[in-house]
Amino acid sequence: MKKRSLVSINDFSKEESIRILDRAMEFEKNPTQKILENFVVATLFFEPSTRTRLSFESAVNRLGGKVIGFTDSASSSVQKGESLKDTIKTVCNYSDLIVMRHPREGSARFASEVASVPIINAGDGANQHPTQCLLDLYSIRKTQGHLDNLHVAFVGDLKYGRTVHSLVIALCNFNTTFHLVSPQELKLPSSVKMHIKEKQLNYHQYTDLSEAVPHADIIYMTRIQKERFSDPIEYEKVKNSYVLSSKMLVTARENMKVLHPLPRVNEISEDVDDMPQAYYFEQALNGVYVRQALLASILGV
Amino acid sequence: MNKDQRKELKVSAIENGTVIDHIPAHNLFQVVRILNLEKYESQILIGMNLDSQKYGQKGILKLSNKFFKSDEINKIALVAPTATMIVIRDFQIVEKRNVEIPDEVVKIVKCFNPNCITNHEKIITRFNVIDKADLRLQCHYCEKITAKDNVTFL
Ligand SMILES: [Zn+2]
Repeated sequence: MKKRSLVSINDFSKEESIRILDRAMEFEKNPTQKILENFVVATLFFEPSTRTRLSFESAVNRLGGKVIGFTDSASSSVQKGESLKDTIKTVCNYSDLIVMRHPREGSARFASEVASVPIINAGDGANQHPTQCLLDLYSIRKTQGHLDNLHVAFVGDLKYGRTVHSLVIALCNFNTTFHLVSPQELKLPSSVKMHIKEKQLNYHQYTDLSEAVPHADIIYMTRIQKERFSDPIEYEKVKNSYVLSSKMLVTARENMKVLHPLPRVNEISEDVDDMPQAYYFEQALNGVYVRQALLASILGV
Repeated sequence: MNKDQRKELKVSAIENGTVIDHIPAHNLFQVVRILNLEKYESQILIGMNLDSQKYGQKGILKLSNKFFKSDEINKIALVAPTATMIVIRDFQIVEKRNVEIPDEVVKIVKCFNPNCITNHEKIITRFNVIDKADLRLQCHYCEKITAKDNVTFL
């Protein structure tokens, strides 16, 4: 069996991504299938990320596989100065696939080069988090019925938000129109805009969220972190301008859904939670189906 | 002795090997480092701060019995894009060409991203050259771009 890792969303073609989404749909219909009974999956979390880890472990468990691993490097051999290469090479002896989260960017690519089993990148620093991107695509397709020609609004920290970057790039394959809402300081980097321009797609930039709401089929909210601002007063100013409230949804399209990679702080007020547009908790559930599909596809079962 | 002959004598001729000419004077030792010349055992002549009509001052390297593969020589283009490579056999020039920036840069450049895994573990750096005219290198590992002004050699 040829080993195939998922390090970056760019490693998957449009067609391969769609195949994963289709497979995820099958798992949504029938989530408990003991097809990984003979497999051991290692989850190596060199930095904690409880949600992502639980989502992966839930996916493995529903498929009947076994999970081994560690949740932070402080308690593992890594603290004794073992190199990433040695850790990976050792764990390859104990498992059929490694899910890895690591604070350094590029660590997953490196791991995939030294490993004899496939690696799934569960986040490498600020670089990639491809399974988040796939579950976002899945959620968009599920709520809209398709992925083509949609208007997608991205709101908040578009500069540092790695989920935003991956999703924008992935959506460039589907003739998306982008509505980019952010403070001046946190605009989408030009390296990401380049992908939009290359595909000759349209994007619109706003600083005011309410302007973008009526155009959107999807509103993808992100957290704005205080530490991104050089001036704390600037943060206080924008902080409340990107709070989506039920009142603002009056102008929204009927099919519009609100997504958020979670956890949220205050960027979606709780009065949205019970609105038909709220979709962020289902989005998290979709992550399990998408990860089941990925594990099964990569392990060839 | 005419003027041309005198110029020749500043750095003596070699019988067989490679001459790298038109290196910007201040980048000469970077080129030495990139080519790992400390480790070469054959005779090397280094000319520094020589007059150049084109560039004011230049550096020149004459390497006896050394013949490079083109990807090796092309690394020089990262620091000395004006350099020319001349292959000499039996005191005759058999090939003369400009260096070209390669498609991939392996080992010699440090990733600009402080959080890149290559800056924390023993890993050979690897970049795809995504813009040759304006030198932009994309890290194979962290995917961040190291631009011309940030290029540091290992
Ligand atoms: Zn890097």
